[in-house]
Amino acid sequence: MNALDIKQLKKTYSNGKTALQGIDLQVKEGDFFALLGPNGAGKSTTIGIISSLVNKSAGEISVFDYNIDTRLSMAKACLGIVPQEINFSLFETTIEVVLNQAGYYGIPRKLAKIRAEKVFRELDLWDRRNDISRTLSGGFKRRLMIARALIHEPRLLILDEPTAGVDVELRRSMWDFLRQLNRSGTTIVLTTHYLEEAESLCENIAIIDNGQIIEHSSMKELLGKLNVETFIVELEDEVTDLQENKQYPLHQISANSIEVEVNKSQNINELIDYFSSNNIGVRSLRSKSNRLEELFIRLLSNNNSEEH
Amino acid sequence: MTADKIFVAYQTIIIKEITRFTRIWVQTILPPAISMTLYFVIFGSLIGSRIGKMQNLDYMEFIAPGIVMMSIINNSYSNVVSSFFGAKLQGHIQEMLVAPVPNIIILAGYVTGGVIRGLLVGLIVTIVALFFTDLQVDNYLIVFTVVVLTSILFSLGGMVNAVFAQKFDDISIIPTFVLTPLIYLGGVFYSIDMLPEFWQSVSHFNPILYMVNAFRYGMLGVSDINIVHAFSIILLFIALLFCYSLYLLEKGIGLKS
Repeated sequence: MNALDIKQLKKTYSNGKTALQGIDLQVKEGDFFALLGPNGAGKSTTIGIISSLVNKSAGEISVFDYNIDTRLSMAKACLGIVPQEINFSLFETTIEVVLNQAGYYGIPRKLAKIRAEKVFRELDLWDRRNDISRTLSGGFKRRLMIARALIHEPRLLILDEPTAGVDVELRRSMWDFLRQLNRSGTTIVLTTHYLEEAESLCENIAIIDNGQIIEHSSMKELLGKLNVETFIVELEDEVTDLQENKQYPLHQISANSIEVEVNKSQNINELIDYFSSNNIGVRSLRSKSNRLEELFIRLLSNNNSEEH
Repeated sequence: MTADKIFVAYQTIIIKEITRFTRIWVQTILPPAISMTLYFVIFGSLIGSRIGKMQNLDYMEFIAPGIVMMSIINNSYSNVVSSFFGAKLQGHIQEMLVAPVPNIIILAGYVTGGVIRGLLVGLIVTIVALFFTDLQVDNYLIVFTVVVLTSILFSLGGMVNAVFAQKFDDISIIPTFVLTPLIYLGGVFYSIDMLPEFWQSVSHFNPILYMVNAFRYGMLGVSDINIVHAFSIILLFIALLFCYSLYLLEKGIGLKS
């Protein structure tokens, strides 16, 4: 069964701006799915329509086979949303925020308190339960948004940039939490600007640009499409007369560091041999950017050049 | 959503609303008590003693029901308009919109919150009034019904205002430029019998006149308006505003892009 099924979804805002040009998207039950795209590509509009905060212009959406046009209430009950912007009441305590949200889903307060304690403990929020929500740090505010979205135990959790502005340590702990949640059966759709995050967490991916899906596949398949990877080679000594290498295009970026493009069909051992044979000592070799990031940029630039 | 879950959602909105206005009681409960006390002191004790009788009643006794009704109208309206607009502005209205709670329950929850605040402030002002005059109640059923219906009506009015409001100015324009003049010209401080015939006819287009007089009838047994006529007008406005508010929520006007 698909947790999310989007068919020919279109959205044109009242100012005439077309945000979605007829997208198709399927997310399987149990999946950890990344929806990536540059700013203004249509990610938040898509999430807004799924969560019924934005009216669609055309198309169909089903959440666990519940069509949002005909069975909206059932679809909503399956769905948990963590929006990009902080949007809880800043004057309520953190526990009130979550208990009220449970109430809107019809969960009696007694049961809501039990669930709130569980999710607060999992997200290290329990000690902050009586804090006024506006006094929380950015990281705790993000965690509160996740706790609120999970209080009704949704089958599909959609997170719109959940780790934006969060420090590395907290981001990693959120990743662990989300992995655990996914393993326990919750389908997760994630949008993020941290491509390392998508590569680390997600099994399947869609890339949206200018309101169109330009890639929809598994992460493995997508990364397999990366033909060229750029490496940074740190050298032991300064090099002044770098010889041209037809096999590996080399670009000197400083006296003791080189940028080199390695084709998918090439063997990296040959590159090491080249340095050895030229008596160039290599201190370290690292990928210039995250593989997904490199692919993402290439796909977007291809899409833009096709449009022009 | 099953009926019991819907009830939980309704209860949650009401608890949230009561918690909100009691948490900020210095802004919501205290000011009307103070300003209404001043009305009683100035218009009732100081000026009223020189005015004499109105509809065969002491002036203080005559204005007391109108002042109570004025506080109920203002507080029912301002509770819903400020709470719903605040929820829109901070974005936490989305908590309800993404949940399977029906729009009619959202509307009912906010209106109930407005009614509860209106009644609470009305009760406080009534207690204040007892320090200045002996209030009698001619018909408890009419008093209670008029108070509840009026606060429902103005809570619905507050909801319409909040849906359309884009900035803080928008939630004060209607109370300042529409509600206050209508209240003051709605027979709170005078009987419309005192007006020239033309202005008496104009006054009949003011819906607040019907509410003030229906309440005064319940309290004192005197009214400028036929009581059945007054109830009909109140119910008609409630029906119109209820349908319109629900339509706005269903369409997501001011809430969805």
